[in-house]
Amino acid sequence: MPEKPLSFQDLILKLHDYWSRQGCVILQAYDVEVGAGTLNPATVLRALGPKPWKVAYVQPSRRPADGRYGENPNRLRQHHQYQVILKPNPPNLQDLYLGSLEAIGIDPRVHDIRFVEDDWENPTVGAWGLGWEVWCDGMEITQYTYFQQVGGLDVFPVAGELTIGLERLSLYLQNVDSVYDLRYNDEFTYGEVFLANEQQFSAFELEVADVEVFKRQFEDMEKQVPRILAARGRKAEQLVLPAYDHVLKASHLFNVMDARGAIAVAERQSYIGRIRDLCRQCAEIYVAQQGGNA
Amino acid sequence: MPQLLLELFSEEIPARMQAQAARDLERLAREKLAGEGLSPEALRTFAGPRRLTLVAEGLAAAQAERHEERKGPRIGSPDQAIEGFLRSTGLRRDQLVERDGLYFAHLHKPGRPTSEIIAEMVEAIVRNFPWPKSMVSGVSKLRWVRPLQRILCVFDGEIVPFQIDGHLAGDLTTGHRFMGTGQAFQVRNFDDYADGLARNFVVLDPEERKERILDAARTLCFARNFELVEDEGLLDEIAGLTEWPTPVMGDMDPAFLDLPPEVIRTSMRVHQRFFAVRDPQTGFLVPHFIAVANIEASDGGGLIASGNARVLSARLSDARFFWNEDRKVRLDDRLEKLKGVTFHAKLGTMYARVERIVAMAGELAAFTGVAPQDAERAGRLCKADLGTGMVGEFPELQGIMGGYYAQNEGLDGALVEAIRSHYRPQGPQDETPVAPLAATLALADKLDTLTSFFRIGEKPTGSRDPFALRRSALGVIRILLATQVRLPLKSFASPELIGFFADRLKVLLREQGQRHDLVDAVFALGDDDIVRIVSKVNALEGFLGAEDGKNLLAGYKRAVNILKAEEKKGALPSGEPNVSAQAEEGALTNAVGHMEVELGRALAKEDYQAAMRALAALREPVDAFFDKVLVNSDVPAERENRLRLLVKVRDAMERVADFSQVSG
Repeated sequence: MPEKPLSFQDLILKLHDYWSRQGCVILQAYDVEVGAGTLNPATVLRALGPKPWKVAYVQPSRRPADGRYGENPNRLRQHHQYQVILKPNPPNLQDLYLGSLEAIGIDPRVHDIRFVEDDWENPTVGAWGLGWEVWCDGMEITQYTYFQQVGGLDVFPVAGELTIGLERLSLYLQNVDSVYDLRYNDEFTYGEVFLANEQQFSAFELEVADVEVFKRQFEDMEKQVPRILAARGRKAEQLVLPAYDHVLKASHLFNVMDARGAIAVAERQSYIGRIRDLCRQCAEIYVAQQGGNA
Repeated sequence: MPQLLLELFSEEIPARMQAQAARDLERLAREKLAGEGLSPEALRTFAGPRRLTLVAEGLAAAQAERHEERKGPRIGSPDQAIEGFLRSTGLRRDQLVERDGLYFAHLHKPGRPTSEIIAEMVEAIVRNFPWPKSMVSGVSKLRWVRPLQRILCVFDGEIVPFQIDGHLAGDLTTGHRFMGTGQAFQVRNFDDYADGLARNFVVLDPEERKERILDAARTLCFARNFELVEDEGLLDEIAGLTEWPTPVMGDMDPAFLDLPPEVIRTSMRVHQRFFAVRDPQTGFLVPHFIAVANIEASDGGGLIASGNARVLSARLSDARFFWNEDRKVRLDDRLEKLKGVTFHAKLGTMYARVERIVAMAGELAAFTGVAPQDAERAGRLCKADLGTGMVGEFPELQGIMGGYYAQNEGLDGALVEAIRSHYRPQGPQDETPVAPLAATLALADKLDTLTSFFRIGEKPTGSRDPFALRRSALGVIRILLATQVRLPLKSFASPELIGFFADRLKVLLREQGQRHDLVDAVFALGDDDIVRIVSKVNALEGFLGAEDGKNLLAGYKRAVNILKAEEKKGALPSGEPNVSAQAEEGALTNAVGHMEVELGRALAKEDYQAAMRALAALREPVDAFFDKVLVNSDVPAERENRLRLLVKVRDAMERVADFSQVSG
């Protein structure tokens, strides 16, 4: 490890630099609320169809139920995921990944890097894949997945996905215990940047959010998806990208209702099923637009 | 003779799949080779995180020439039939051999080179390998457990030429991912291979990896006067996660030792794959752990140990949070929450299950000798810990946490113990609850599981037993035997479920080296008391193992055969035997009469040893009877009397067991 560990910001910049050199498009975060970097259309939709794709981006990921009012040192309602997609995954993806670890100062000759079985799935978008969680000295630092299905459809060629929880990795690199003590850069701490955000949104999402309004908005979004998909653009194309935005909005609204404790156990599966159906409709149309069978 | 070396090199294979993969590779290779008439002198396989390896010694360089005789049509058959036979064999008519009125074709198949067969075999195995879960990657449609990277296949020092989906077989492999040269190296035979791997920091044999882990971990502990808490399952898993296993000892913040030891050990095992460490004198955990790294770090492992320690601290902090939060809510107040937890779609909520367990425990109380209200209270609280944060995090601590939380509330010790142990016994090595309340609750839990799933038709079939009903039934049997509780199973179980218990009991007795046909013989009498059945079976086993028993069984079978044969001729005579035309007949009549009295007494006292002694007294008179007396006498009165006598012998014996089900 270098003398002075990377700041949160430098960690991102190093990763951007590394993956940019591998030919990845460096995207800005998607501007609709998502629960995970995977849900960004640059992953979910681009993993579908026959066209190659290489991308890396940081995605702020909102998990309302994990809100702890900024009082827990490592649980956050919004954390940042570093997401890499290489499609088709090159045969040396593991080596490329290990190269990225060296680029951020993790030397695999003094740290114990392990690939431990972990089969990833996200039922709300009907996606699953096989891969590992990658451990560094016993800590999970990456979710490494070869997508097999997205939106309930088989994917081919296969995309390799790397998801890194940036806060957790940064805690490890900087050797501090609380996320709020992380150096964001040389002048600001993570707490100075995000603590108020955690405090206010935790209160909002766990106590204040108006469940009735959220429920109504969920149903609105749900109705919008087929309506948008039924319309046509200038080239008679189906408007799958805006439709998918509405799926994401529905998904986030559901997450807030869930955090408010407004979803009964019996209802949960049905909500998840409704989102998955919407996602599937988008996935099928997207694939057709790409000119692929899956 | 030539040697085959095959290595299927891939990205990391899940640890839990490796042992089976090695077995499957061995089995498939043996089958395919045998199918081609090739038999290796020895064949071994090895599985590790990144490679599946096979070595077969002493394979012939080529198949032997094979001769086959194929039977053809009858001589003089229509030309069509003969032409067809010639076509299928590729022979001319003058090459056929005539024998026994038939045509025969003598076919010679030249032996193919073994390398050709190997190439086909490997492709067939790779394309159809029975992984529990497999995947595709990149632009390849080849399914493997994780991406297949390289195939090494060398036969008799030469590369076997073939390719599978772009993977050209070669003679190169690589060692450890991070240690060693990182360069691929060439291999011509197994010795090369094993040496090369060892030089490049890979232990090929999983058994050797396990030994290395245990040796090094024990040594680390011993040096500090500690003792390793051994864990077979964990050891297997770690051996599947490392190519160069290197145990390191790390330190845990001693403040966490106030957590229940089960919590610490489970967090270490499940989250971190650490071994726990204890004080050999007290048996208490000490604030250290053994992590097994996959590298010998250039700094001696200091960073690895401290990194792992930090992760453990974070995990144990979470556990402490649950421990503190959980203890704020009484178990009684958690019951409402179970109404929102589905136990099974057809069996309702966990709350409904608790209600059934309460009722079951109340009924069982009469047989186990506990107060019904105590049994019901235990039933009421036993599942309350399912709503706690700790059990949410570590489902395997269910019951155990309930016990701790009950203790924390100051509940009665017997109740605490009952909650803690009610899932037991969970396996053949696990302890069986024997304290009256604990046994009652453990029985109630299992009997509810069994009766409920049988009621909705969810019975185990073949290897499918998703609700572990076999384990539950075995648990009931073991608890009844350990406590000697006399339970009339018929009051609790359907006839179908009783049969299921009989099967489990047979398996249990067979595992203990006893005869399962005796279980059938005793069950056939309709007994449903496990304790009584087993004590009868034990007595029978002793009896039939001795000379008297064996002979009497032979006498019984002879009697039954005669009676069966005579029954076909007409109804057997009823009534008591009363004539004694021959001395042996009279002796047997007396002996049976005497025996019936003795047997009645013994059975009433459930003294099966005495019952066997009573039966044994019949052996001599029965032998003598069959020796000297002709049952089928010409004198009808004699015949009838003798049949009556045999009926009496049979019926008396069948009060103990249905001897017709006993083999031998």
